[in-house]
Amino acid sequence: MTTKILIADDEPNIVISLEYLLQREGYTVLVARDGQEALDTIAREQPALVLLDVMMPHKTGFEVCQAVRADEALQGTKILMLTAKGRETDVAKGMALGANAYMTKPFSTRELVQKVAELLGETSA
Amino acid sequence: MRKIDPRLVLAIAAAGLVMALWLVLMSAIVWSTLDAPERLAVGDVLAPRTVLVAMGWLLGLFLVAVTLHMLHRRYVGDPHRLIEKIRVVVTATTPQQLTPRGTAEMQAMARAVNELAAQRDQLRGDVAEQVARASLRVQQEKNRLAALMAELNQSVVVCNREGRILLYNQRARQQFRQLSQGAGAAAGAELIGIGRSIYAVLDQQLVAHALERIHQALGRGVATPSAQFVTTTQGGHLLRVQVAPVRESVPPGEGEAPEGLQTVSGLVLMLDDVTASVQEEAERDQLMHGLTEGSRASLANIQAAVDMLGYADLEPAMRERFLGVVRDEVGAMGRRINDLAHRATQRLKTRWPMEDMLGADLVTAAQRRIAQHCDRPVTLDAIDTSLWLKVDSYTLLLALTYLAHRLVDEFEVRFLQLRLQGTATHAQLDLVWSGQAMSNETVMSWEMDAMRFGSERSPLTVRDVVERHGGEMWFERERARHQAFFRFMLPLASVQGVVDAELGESEYSRPEYYDFDLFKMADQSSALDDRPLSELTYTVFDTETTGLNPADGDAIIQIGAARIVNGKLLRQECFDQLVDPGRRIPAASIPIHGITDDMVVGKPGIAQVLPLFHAYAQDTVLVAHNAAFDMRFLQLQEEASGVAFHQPVLDTLLLSAVVHPQQESHRLEAIAERFNVTVLGRHTALGDALVTAEIWLRLIPLLQEQGIHTLRQAREAAQKTYYARLKY
Repeated sequence: MTTKILIADDEPNIVISLEYLLQREGYTVLVARDGQEALDTIAREQPALVLLDVMMPHKTGFEVCQAVRADEALQGTKILMLTAKGRETDVAKGMALGANAYMTKPFSTRELVQKVAELLGETSA
Repeated sequence: MRKIDPRLVLAIAAAGLVMALWLVLMSAIVWSTLDAPERLAVGDVLAPRTVLVAMGWLLGLFLVAVTLHMLHRRYVGDPHRLIEKIRVVVTATTPQQLTPRGTAEMQAMARAVNELAAQRDQLRGDVAEQVARASLRVQQEKNRLAALMAELNQSVVVCNREGRILLYNQRARQQFRQLSQGAGAAAGAELIGIGRSIYAVLDQQLVAHALERIHQALGRGVATPSAQFVTTTQGGHLLRVQVAPVRESVPPGEGEAPEGLQTVSGLVLMLDDVTASVQEEAERDQLMHGLTEGSRASLANIQAAVDMLGYADLEPAMRERFLGVVRDEVGAMGRRINDLAHRATQRLKTRWPMEDMLGADLVTAAQRRIAQHCDRPVTLDAIDTSLWLKVDSYTLLLALTYLAHRLVDEFEVRFLQLRLQGTATHAQLDLVWSGQAMSNETVMSWEMDAMRFGSERSPLTVRDVVERHGGEMWFERERARHQAFFRFMLPLASVQGVVDAELGESEYSRPEYYDFDLFKMADQSSALDDRPLSELTYTVFDTETTGLNPADGDAIIQIGAARIVNGKLLRQECFDQLVDPGRRIPAASIPIHGITDDMVVGKPGIAQVLPLFHAYAQDTVLVAHNAAFDMRFLQLQEEASGVAFHQPVLDTLLLSAVVHPQQESHRLEAIAERFNVTVLGRHTALGDALVTAEIWLRLIPLLQEQGIHTLRQAREAAQKTYYARLKY
């Protein structure tokens, strides 16, 4: 079974590229279009990693992150936050709420792939 | 009408009794000398004539009564009136003479009193001259200061600890005139004036907060402490207010005042209208924000798509989709930039200018505030005392107290703690508690509610406060320590500016002028009713009307008023306004007030003037001559104008009757003559108001002589006078 990755972002224009990219890398890709859907998908599918956008309808990425970290059953889920909010305070908040890594948009896809592999590598190791 | 002296009545009754007894006694003596047949005969003669005897007694009594009354007038009434007039002379501040009247002895006494008064006046004149000479230098210094202030291009207001204004410059007057709703009549005098409360314009809590910060700075030994805040006025203007303390020098030997609290006797406020500059800055900021944050997402989308396009093995359909993304996002960015350029010219969310504050001060202030509002101990832990923050401390403290309040209120948290630590770029301020677990949703929803606790209400949410600081805030748990906390990320101040402000200058660089009487004015918090008459602030007013019957359509055509503050009549802060009555002015009344129909054409109606007058008279006691008459006109307009005058009202007519019950007339002219007040512009509203004010100032010491010191006593005395029983 391949590793499952969830892309939670409400912008289809980034989802297209990320989905294509990660599928090329051999992952199984799930997509959620808002915060609530993301939470539901995480609970149901238990992906190994979530690419989490901060600015989403219904629930923000911060809230999703906090909810995941509060759930004992989901402790293994890696969270990589992707956001256009680039201020230090946002980064600090994301990390404090339990994200494993934080990337500010725009980012290079190569770095993203590296980061994903790195985070997943930690689990298998 | 005067009251009949009860002593006179008693004397007449006694005389009647004595006469009756004398008659009985004489009859008894004569009776005892008679034998039986004579007694019978006399009885027969007298029995039918009893009525005649009684009539004779009554006639005698009447003659005695008339004589007594005349004697009473001459030897009791006249001295009584003379005593009242002597009292006027005793309390008079200007030379006054008695007119000798009545018996030779009374005339001689009046002349003797006149001589005494003349001697006293001369002595007083000498003293006054010496005082005048001595205070001339002080006055010159004050004038120099006033001239300096007048020249300043910044508005300056000086007020005492209670927020009463003691000094303001022309520029401040202009600024408040702009903020004033109405024009003309008061020209801002309803907002700014000697003795008025600055809190009519500025939020009291903001000023109190600034004062507290100054005290903190004084406690740390800063030589020239000051604080600033930004506030909005009713008209939506942004005012930046810089606050500096006026310090009282503690006389040697009286010991140091504790904690610096006693040494601040007043505040100097420098006001700047920063609406325009803040708006400009905010727009620039918004533009910047839109360009960075808004474009990041688009750039990310483009970059990812471009990266995908770089794969050589891309099938044509996918290739077309990625190209579609690029076109789409480029178009979106173009539109965004156009939109931003367009919006830059429009009004955007205002950004609050921040102030530099020592982090430790903020934490201490928060500790005190939370402990006070939530009734829980607040401890401090890991406070980095070297941190300087750039914050709007007022709203930040509000947010901290509000969160603490909800924790205590809804989760019965018992202990609270504050922590302050620095990171490379920010400061972390934590509000820590231990206790019951709560869900993230609950706690995070608090940041979206308008802050409300106790008597404090703010339209802002915690989120607004955080955004105002360009910071962040979140809720975090420390499972290991069974603790949870709210963490505020706050901007740090640039160290350079802070150090400059901190370097104290010498103590002598500050001009010293502490001789304004209002600095010493007592705390005004006690109820008006129990405060001494001499300390109250009065609005003395008069109205001219088309006639005497408001119920029959008579209306106000002029309102004039002046203020008395700290026992001084402020002629430069008058209220003088003609009013269009909305009807013809009866020809018969024109000779009285001299106002014709032409004069009121185009003047505001009563519904516009009364709210202005209401603001002018705010927080003062109303004084008028025959006040009931003027008050009825005001009360009948309550509905139309939307303002009600609930202030205490004093009537110089009634109070003159309290002081001088023996005088025939209590008309304004008569009282003015009695007090030697020069009447100028009689029967213009302002002229009469000024005369009434002068009379009131002279009545106050006379009332005090009768043991009437407070407003309550004055109102009760007025009610008891004979005149109060008349209905208007």
